[in-house]
Amino acid sequence: MLKILLWILVGGLGASAVGGIALQRGETINSLWFIIAAVCVYTLAYRFYAAWIAAKVLAVDPTRATPAERLDNGRDFVPTNRWIVFGHHFAAIAGPGPLVGPTLAAQFGYLPGTLWILIGAVLGGCVQDMVTLFFSTRRNARSLGQMARDELGVLGGTAALIATFAIMIILIAVLGLVVVNAMKHSPWATSTVAATIPIAMIVGLYMRSIRPGRVLEASIFGVALLLASVAYGGFVDRSETWRVVFDHDGLTLAWAVIAYGFAAAVFPVWLLLAPRDYLSTFVKLGTITLLAIAIVILRPEVKMPAITPFIDGTGPIFGGKLFPFVFITIACGAISGFHALISSGTTPKLLTSERDIRMIGYGGMLLESFVAMMAMIAATVLDPGVFFAINSPAGVVGAEAAAVAKISSWGFPVTVEQMQALAAQMGEASLFARTGGAPSLAVGMASLFGRVFGDGFLALWYHFAIMFEAIFILTTLDAGTRVGRFMLQDMLGNIWPKLGETSWTPSVMLTSAIVVAGWGYFLYIGVIDPNGGVNILWPLFGIANQILAAIALCVATGILVKSNKLRHAWISGLPLAWLVTITSTAAWEKLVSADVRIGFFAAANDLSAKLEGGLLPPEKAHTAPQLIFNLHLDAAITLCFVVLLWLIVLDMLRVVFRHLSGRPALPLSEAPHCPSRLIENWVRD
Amino acid sequence: MLKYLKTFWRAVRRLSGDDAYERYLEHYARCHLHDDAHECEGPLNRAEFFKQWQDQKWNGIKRCC
Repeated sequence: MLKILLWILVGGLGASAVGGIALQRGETINSLWFIIAAVCVYTLAYRFYAAWIAAKVLAVDPTRATPAERLDNGRDFVPTNRWIVFGHHFAAIAGPGPLVGPTLAAQFGYLPGTLWILIGAVLGGCVQDMVTLFFSTRRNARSLGQMARDELGVLGGTAALIATFAIMIILIAVLGLVVVNAMKHSPWATSTVAATIPIAMIVGLYMRSIRPGRVLEASIFGVALLLASVAYGGFVDRSETWRVVFDHDGLTLAWAVIAYGFAAAVFPVWLLLAPRDYLSTFVKLGTITLLAIAIVILRPEVKMPAITPFIDGTGPIFGGKLFPFVFITIACGAISGFHALISSGTTPKLLTSERDIRMIGYGGMLLESFVAMMAMIAATVLDPGVFFAINSPAGVVGAEAAAVAKISSWGFPVTVEQMQALAAQMGEASLFARTGGAPSLAVGMASLFGRVFGDGFLALWYHFAIMFEAIFILTTLDAGTRVGRFMLQDMLGNIWPKLGETSWTPSVMLTSAIVVAGWGYFLYIGVIDPNGGVNILWPLFGIANQILAAIALCVATGILVKSNKLRHAWISGLPLAWLVTITSTAAWEKLVSADVRIGFFAAANDLSAKLEGGLLPPEKAHTAPQLIFNLHLDAAITLCFVVLLWLIVLDMLRVVFRHLSGRPALPLSEAPHCPSRLIENWVRD
Repeated sequence: MLKYLKTFWRAVRRLSGDDAYERYLEHYARCHLHDDAHECEGPLNRAEFFKQWQDQKWNGIKRCC
């Protein structure tokens, strides 16, 4: 009885918090309401919806031995305590995505993004992660691609493979662009980010040779060095001789990131990737915890309006209406297809009992969604004028004075002096047009941390936040390039087996170069694009990520129907239908819209007309042909994505139809039931 | 209090892989000690084990966006 009352209380509180956020107009709203709304919605969803799915739809069976138990080899298959698995799973899924997406989507105001983060996670993202984890656990921890091939057919498997490869290339390019924009003409940020490379190598050598396997010692040592490098960046910034060494424009930095990406892909993992990952995981978890504490202590006022006029598609950060672009922009944090790759293959190998699937699959994604919520708060507690001045590309709002006039004319007052004072406080030369989300998030985080821990170190906090974002963006870049290389070697191995050998140096060099050239190209175009590049690349990444999610949900829906659970197939079918709607609409608009800020062809035609008419200044005329080619390429890629999506959806429907009409379809590939001995032992003890 | 700190420390070591070698030795003692195929070789030493463990850990998709 008391329990029921408690749940009613949680429900009431959650409803009033969400209602408060949604209906608040005019005055500012306290960010504590966002936290309360999120925690209540998450608790209710976890307690009721997730529990219902686990018990009634999936019918998890704790007496059934998991692959970790049956195939225990003491290495990759190891039955592990559920909290430890949760830690591994969360560390693997939480990257820079949930921090960048909400920051960009804040241009629509706080409400659309917040609601999508809550609803999308609870009904979509968490369900996707959980059912994928469950189905992979039932199939000896097979990967998403293998499951797609086994359950839907060759087409499904191939589509999953291509989508994964494409999303990897675009993801790395856009993340590289975020780092480049954070380092552009900032000696402090550049020197700190550069220092993370030798630090990672020292840590790698320490773990490998000096004290083999002493991972914690090495990491603690490395984190101390990282913090020192943030402080030393301040020294570089003040020194006239050192400043110039680290003061570069975007293009130089882009080439540096490309060279680094190639080196990281060919170096052995222990030298760079593995130690960097330890450092980034520690810094990431520490900083996110710190941010949560700062928000709860300070309870800052949200200054952004609930809804801005930019829902009509005229927003400066990226073009496009609220529907469908808010759903594309916030992928990670609401629903991210990439998670399906971790939930299948990696995590199931550690699962001790099917009972843990709800906590790890559903719970892990809830926590990631909470991270996105904090990013949304950090973006919206900034003065809207400042937020738009940092995030709007110069190609859209003009340079300093023009930008300030334009942004103020939208009703978000800001002055050049205010921006200069802020930049000086943060130890930067300028904060205008620092697109990509990282600088504005860092300003938001620095002002929060500054208010908790003292205002004196704002510049240190700002560059700490930049380092924090850069270090795990670079980890994703390393890891992604390497995965891309393995996938490419695997594909090329079918043509010429020698190329498939992962230890054959010429093949390693060739495939790494191809992968790096792939994302390097998009990064290069993003840097030379006067509109900032993020406005093109981020939606493309969002579409790719949502399409991967749609593939995972197709596999899940297909399996549910084939297991004679048609009645419950809506749990994955509903989010699938929504994803197909938003990705198809977004892709359609990207292809045919007459608005030059949305449509690829419209932009290409506009640029060609200007080029032919001689309306472009010489430096722009020089890059225009490349930009025009790129716009056509982006259009082709978008078209490929949608065709891929529809092929796999139709393929899933074909399998479902055959099953329902009693015709032969691919059988379920579930591993046979095998009783868990862990349970027996536990009962006997 | 001390008990919680110890549990926490164990979790941190487990999560980071700091205790991977100890767990390997345990697994070895449990499963392979009386196994003829392994008898003559004995368990790997710490450095060798760590090399294999690390190379294998990074084989596949381990990090997300």
